[in-house]
Amino acid sequence: MATRGFTGRPRTDDGRVPPGQYVVDDFPVLTAGPTVGVTEQEWELTVGDGNTSKSYDWKSLHALPIESITVDIHCVTHWTKLDTEWEGVRVSTLFEDADVGDYDFALVSSYGDYTTNVPVSDLVDHDALIATRYDGEPIDAEHGGPVRLVVPHLYFWKSAKWVRHIRLADEDEPGFWEAAGYHSYGDPWREQRYYAD
Amino acid sequence: MATVAKLVEETSSARTIVFDVPQWKRHCAGQHLDLRLTAPDGYQATRSYSLSSGPDEAPQITVERVDDGEVSSFLVDIVEDGDTLEIRGAVGGYFVWTPRLASTRPAPLLLIGGGSGIAPLRAMWRSATTNVPTTILYSAQTHERVIYRDELAAHESATVKIHLTRQEHDGYETGRIDSRALNAAVGTGTPPHTYVCGPTAFVEAVTQALMPLHPDASMIRTERFG
Repeated sequence: MATRGFTGRPRTDDGRVPPGQYVVDDFPVLTAGPTVGVTEQEWELTVGDGNTSKSYDWKSLHALPIESITVDIHCVTHWTKLDTEWEGVRVSTLFEDADVGDYDFALVSSYGDYTTNVPVSDLVDHDALIATRYDGEPIDAEHGGPVRLVVPHLYFWKSAKWVRHIRLADEDEPGFWEAAGYHSYGDPWREQRYYAD
Repeated sequence: MATVAKLVEETSSARTIVFDVPQWKRHCAGQHLDLRLTAPDGYQATRSYSLSSGPDEAPQITVERVDDGEVSSFLVDIVEDGDTLEIRGAVGGYFVWTPRLASTRPAPLLLIGGGSGIAPLRAMWRSATTNVPTTILYSAQTHERVIYRDELAAHESATVKIHLTRQEHDGYETGRIDSRALNAAVGTGTPPHTYVCGPTAFVEAVTQALMPLHPDASMIRTERFG
């Protein structure tokens, strides 16, 4: 049923905007707590599966092949940003280099203790990056710099800022927002916002 | 569905919409509603708005009109008494303050709001009992833009400091909420549960200034918009 008096802005939907989302031109910031300040020198990422683990710093990460992707990103707070350009290392490349085993789930954690869970297949079979640049520049701290995860086909809370640790396991373990009532998987096209969606 | 039961014009650009919702369940202070508006051609727009009502009040939101805001200008300018709106919620489990948190970890409450970011903080001060020492720091551009002006002026148990960034006015602080104001608000006793809500730039500036002053960063929760 239509809402009395509501017409909305001119329609621009060309099939790229998931249901319940609207397009923004700026880049809103959404973080549960304060922005974490971690420098390129301090930053470190450890990838492990309980048996094998490998750590990367800024330099060793950049020794891996760098790729660039241009993707649309969708935040659960209803904004969508089209054509965002990220540069970094494919998660599949990273896992191969770290020589981790074959597991179904990943729990990603950040500086500042944020966590989020993502199925491994969503990290390796899709355009998922360990991103070090946004729009041709270093990533601002408030947007997750120096290094963040980017998993563009899921709601953007899955794209952990200030990524520090990726732990692979057989079991799925809910992360921060997932434990706070948000959806475990978070597909924007199916509007999987909250746990019961 | 929610029926608009009452409209309160808070300022020339902000209004409170009080809803009548059948079988409304008590919410937690800090939770939000998702509102979905549908145009005659089926186009839909959805936005989240913090509840500004305390848990014992009828659900309400407080909306400030933003430039080019297709939903906010509809809510501030078009909505009338008796309209029905599609809502979902209350939702959200992180930027919340509950009496339970206050009893499991007793600490003062520090609420820091910028602009219409004061809305969820109102829900918190409405749910805090008088034995929780509460400080409210609020930044607005001018005296005319201060939301809940009378309620804040009449608040008996909280320490209230309102900063005006673009005006000098009797009874108000002049200039942004700076380290000095934050230092005084954090105090030297038990570190406060701290909630910061407002536009992104406001929340970034406040939390960056707050971090070195606050003994426990895990007690700082933030909500940004715009």
